[in-house]
Parts: sequence; structure tokens; C-alpha cells
Amino acid sequence: MTLFIQQLFNGLALGGVYCLAAIGLTLVFGVLRIPNLAHGALYMLGAYLTYFFLTTIGVPYIAAIGIAAIMLFVVGVGLERLVFHPLRNSPHTHHMIAAVGAMFFFQALAQAIWGADFRRMDTPITGELRILGAEISAQRIVIIVVAVIVLALLAWFIKRSIHGQTIEAIEQDRVGASLVGINPSMVSMLTLGLSALLATIAAGLVAPINLLSPTMGDALNLKVFAIIILGGLGSLPGAIVGGFALAIAETMTATYISSGVGEAVAFIVLVAVLAIKPTGLFTKAVQR
Amino acid sequence: MNALKNPRLLGMLAVVIVLAAAPIFFAEQNYAMRVVTVGMCAAIAVYGLNIILGFTGQLSLAQGGFFGIGAYGVGLLTTDFDWSFWSAFIVTIIGTAAVGYLCGLIALRTKDEYFAIFTMAIGFIIFLVISRWESVTHAHSGVNNVKFPEGGGIIDFESPVAMFYLVFVILLICIYVTHAIRRSSVGRTLLTIRTSEDLADAIGVRVGFSKQLAFAASAVLGGIGGGLYATVVGFIGPDSASIDKTFEFLMFILVGGMGTVAGPLLGSMIVTFLFELFQDFQAYRFIVLGPIIVALVIFAPRGIIGYLGGIVDRRSRKQKIAEARRTADGASPEYDTAKSGTVTSGIDPEETK
Repeated sequence: MTLFIQQLFNGLALGGVYCLAAIGLTLVFGVLRIPNLAHGALYMLGAYLTYFFLTTIGVPYIAAIGIAAIMLFVVGVGLERLVFHPLRNSPHTHHMIAAVGAMFFFQALAQAIWGADFRRMDTPITGELRILGAEISAQRIVIIVVAVIVLALLAWFIKRSIHGQTIEAIEQDRVGASLVGINPSMVSMLTLGLSALLATIAAGLVAPINLLSPTMGDALNLKVFAIIILGGLGSLPGAIVGGFALAIAETMTATYISSGVGEAVAFIVLVAVLAIKPTGLFTKAVQR
Repeated sequence: MNALKNPRLLGMLAVVIVLAAAPIFFAEQNYAMRVVTVGMCAAIAVYGLNIILGFTGQLSLAQGGFFGIGAYGVGLLTTDFDWSFWSAFIVTIIGTAAVGYLCGLIALRTKDEYFAIFTMAIGFIIFLVISRWESVTHAHSGVNNVKFPEGGGIIDFESPVAMFYLVFVILLICIYVTHAIRRSSVGRTLLTIRTSEDLADAIGVRVGFSKQLAFAASAVLGGIGGGLYATVVGFIGPDSASIDKTFEFLMFILVGGMGTVAGPLLGSMIVTFLFELFQDFQAYRFIVLGPIIVALVIFAPRGIIGYLGGIVDRRSRKQKIAEARRTADGASPEYDTAKSGTVTSGIDPEETK
């Protein structure tokens, strides 16, 4: 039972990370109608920048994540301007190939600056909490709390603020939104920046638990895609439910069956779901 | 005689002749021979990608996985099970066809982005199985001493030149098959699906079945390329099935030109050469190559062959129009409008070549 609770909290922490990463991706899909294959690379870059500010410059942990997130917002905007905007009228295969090119570029860049070796980021948050007999590290609690706060802020931003509402408007109907005076290019930039920002928060939170490497985004990339496919491309509640469900399934199978199965469970679930319902579980009617 | 006037055929012949003559210059340099041979193995897999992506317009990201299945099929059967290369090769081809067909059954229920991500997941599962199933695939220690093909006492495939020509001949067959598909009703069916799936369905094309065939065919070519790669290199590790392989193939096809007959070969050769050029920088090469991929997609999405093909088309169209004008002088007005109408019409059957 203790092990179960321990793993449940591990799963929730991982789920928070997956959610933050997946929501950005699903927002980008909703607005730009492209699966951004470079998302994992943005996550990796965010982790390295957090590491840089925390250990090399020496700013406090939360501030390091904040600075890195703002920098990644700019990177995201640049990515939209330089890569996706010129391709907005191309066949959908071209975006994905361009995103792959961007992904390789970011990975090579990180490797050139920080080297290919794994790096460990020491967490400034130490200590453990005892919950129902299980010892949960404070870092995991921080992840869960921050993830919930960020998700709540994001929900407020999208539903209540004017800029967030433009995102939803573009998602619903691109032409209609531009007719009422919303600039689709601005919203695309905002969305990609926001997705990079969210990915950085996720990466900064999880970096003290995992090791950093230039290819750390690859596995996450695939899992996050599995999540948003499960939840239905472009669906926010789907991304949240999918993120937590997948993370808990992953930690549980890794604990009770084997770590190899834990790693593959995302894809096994994905194959099973798509075999039964090829458009995902929570798909809303998508207009093209 | 007519064939000699076709610039595409001439270009293809030129590339093939240059490649066939390569051993004359590099015969002494085993390393160079090996690089070119490995490049040709990749080109075979890229021809597979060409069928599903170039002709049918479905972005399959499982090609690296099928390449890995081919490599590991040949690798494991010739070492742990001590089969001869040829029997292992044939069994592997049949195996990849079966795996490709089965994956296609599920994968092709999905469309567009879902299909791309789903095939990426398939590729990743294949990679996970290969890199984690230690008792069978030896995981990270890989497979050593993959057998050379048996020459039956006539050809000694241990020499790099013989190996080069073996891969070269198989590559030529793949090119011919691509050309034949392009020309046949099957190819036109696939191109129709690329243009519009709904349209194809409406005019009675069996969309599902055709996509299924295309996917299986692409898997088979991936398997052939992988099998040859295993015997050429002699050592294979899990990275021969990794997702990076898929992205390399994508880059090859993109540089050469999607949906063309010569594109995959030319793209593979040029990018392999670029990779070698940036060899000293190892992984940093993507700092240069990454933006090149992006720039290619934005500014030259049709690739080198697509670009050259565009020039050829424009020239031949001009010629046809000039010819039509010349004949129109003596002909009736109806004939004139009909003729120039077909030549200058928006839908150009040669455009996609």
C-alpha cells in the first residue's frame, strides 16, 4: 500500500509535467493545425536554460524557470515566424519535415553548448513529506502544486483574458475570427510562444528528477503526441485527462510489471485506442 | 530514338552511369566504397518512403523501424541461427512485408497528422523492442559479424567492389519498380489519392486497399535496404532502427524530390556526401543541416529533381505550343483551339514527375 501511494504521487508529478507539455502542443495544433514535432526540442532547450541560470548564473530556482520560460517564449515566436509562417499554405507533410529540421538544429545547438553528456541538476528543494506512510520528495509535491497553479492560470487566460479568447476564436474558426478583426498571425505567434513557455515550465520542474541530455526531448515528444492523440488533437480537457492517465499508467506498469513495459505503455495504449477509434477519445468536430 | 530526347531519362542514365563507374575511381579506397554502398542501401529504403510519401502523400515515420527490422532480421538469422545470407534475406523480406501489412491495417484507419504520429509510434515501438529485448536482439551490444552474401564460388562478396555492385543491382531494380509503378495504373491510383482522397473515393478508386499496398511496399523496400545494410556494415546496433534514421530518410527524399523517380537516389547520394563533409563535426553537423532542411522545405519543396523537372516541363510546353502554332497555320480554327487548349490546360500530367 505504501508503495502504491508512493507511485501514485510519482505518477501525479509526472502527469503534471506531461499535462503542461501536452497542453502547449494541443494549443498549437488547434490554432496552426500542425503537429509541432519540434516540441520536445523546445522542452529540452527549456531544461538546459533553466540549468544554465540555476547553476552557472546562480539565480533562485523559480526565477531560473521564469527567465528560461520567457526566453523560450521568444524562441517559440521566432520558430513561428521563421519556419511555420512561410509554410502556412503548404501541404501538411511540409510542416512536419520543417519541424524535424528545427528539432535537429536545437539538439545540435544544445550539444554544441553543453556537450552530449548527461547532466544532473541539483534541486534546491530538499526534504520529504510523509503522506499515509509513504515518503514523497518535496520536489514532486512542488511539481504537482506548480502544475495545478499553471493550469488554472492558463484556463483563466484562455477563457477570460482578451488575448486568450482570440486563441480560442481562431481555433474555432480561422476565417470567422479574422473577419471580426483578430489577426491570425499574431495569435499563431502567441500560441507557439505560449506552448514553448509551458514546455519550459514542465522541463524546469522535472529537470532535478531526471537527467539532462540533448536528446531528452525525444521520448517526451512521442509521449506527448500519444497523449494529445488519445485526448483528441486540439482538445484541452483531453490533454489534461490524457496526461495524468498516461503518467499514472506508466508509473504503475513500471512498478508492477517492468520498466520496459512502462516505457512502451504509452504506445501500446495509443495503438489500442487508434485501432478502435481512429480519431482519438475526446475529439470534437474539427472543421477544416 | 524517342527515349534519347527525354531529358529525364537521360539525366537518370547519367546518374546511374556515374554511380556504376564509381568503383573505378574508388576501388582502392575501401572507406569511400563503403560510404557509397551504405548510401545506396539507404536509397533503397528511401524509394520505399517515396512510394508512401511521394506517390500516395501519406507521411509515414515508421520507415526507420522497417529498416531496423530488415537489418536485424538478416543480422540475427545469419549469426545466432547460422542461416545463409540469401535464405535469411528472403525470409526477412517476407517478414517485413507481413509486419508492414499488419501495421498498415491499423495505421491506415487514421489520416493525415494522426497517420504521421501513429507511424512514428510504430517506429518507436520497433526501436524499443530492438533496444530492450536483450535475450533475442542483444540490445545495446548489437549484432556482430553478420555474414557476407554467398557468391557460390563465383563472386567473392567480401570485396567491397562486389558488394557495391550487389547493392547497385538491387537499387536499379528498385528504381525500375518505382518507374514502373509511376507509369502503371497503380501509380496513377496512388497519385489520385495524393491529390484528394475524397475525389479518389468518389471516382471508384479503392482508397483503403491501395494505401494498404503502398504501405506494405514501402515497408518491404525499407526491409530490403536494412538487410543489405546489415551485410554491408557487418555490425548493427539499435540505432539502425531509431527514429533518427527515419528523419535522415526524410531529408534524403526531400533534397532529391518527393514523388520523382530519380529524386531518392540523387538525394541520398548528395546528403550522404554532405554528412561525410561534416563528419568532423559529428552531431554538430545539424546546426548547419537543420536550417538547410527548413530552407529546402520553404524555398524548394519539390527538391532538386522536382526543380529540374519543372524547367524541363516548361521547355517542352513551350515547344508544344510553338509546334501547335506552326501546325495551326494550315489547320482549321477548331483544331487550333483544341490543341492549344490541351497543352496549356492547368492540369499537367507531367507536373508531378
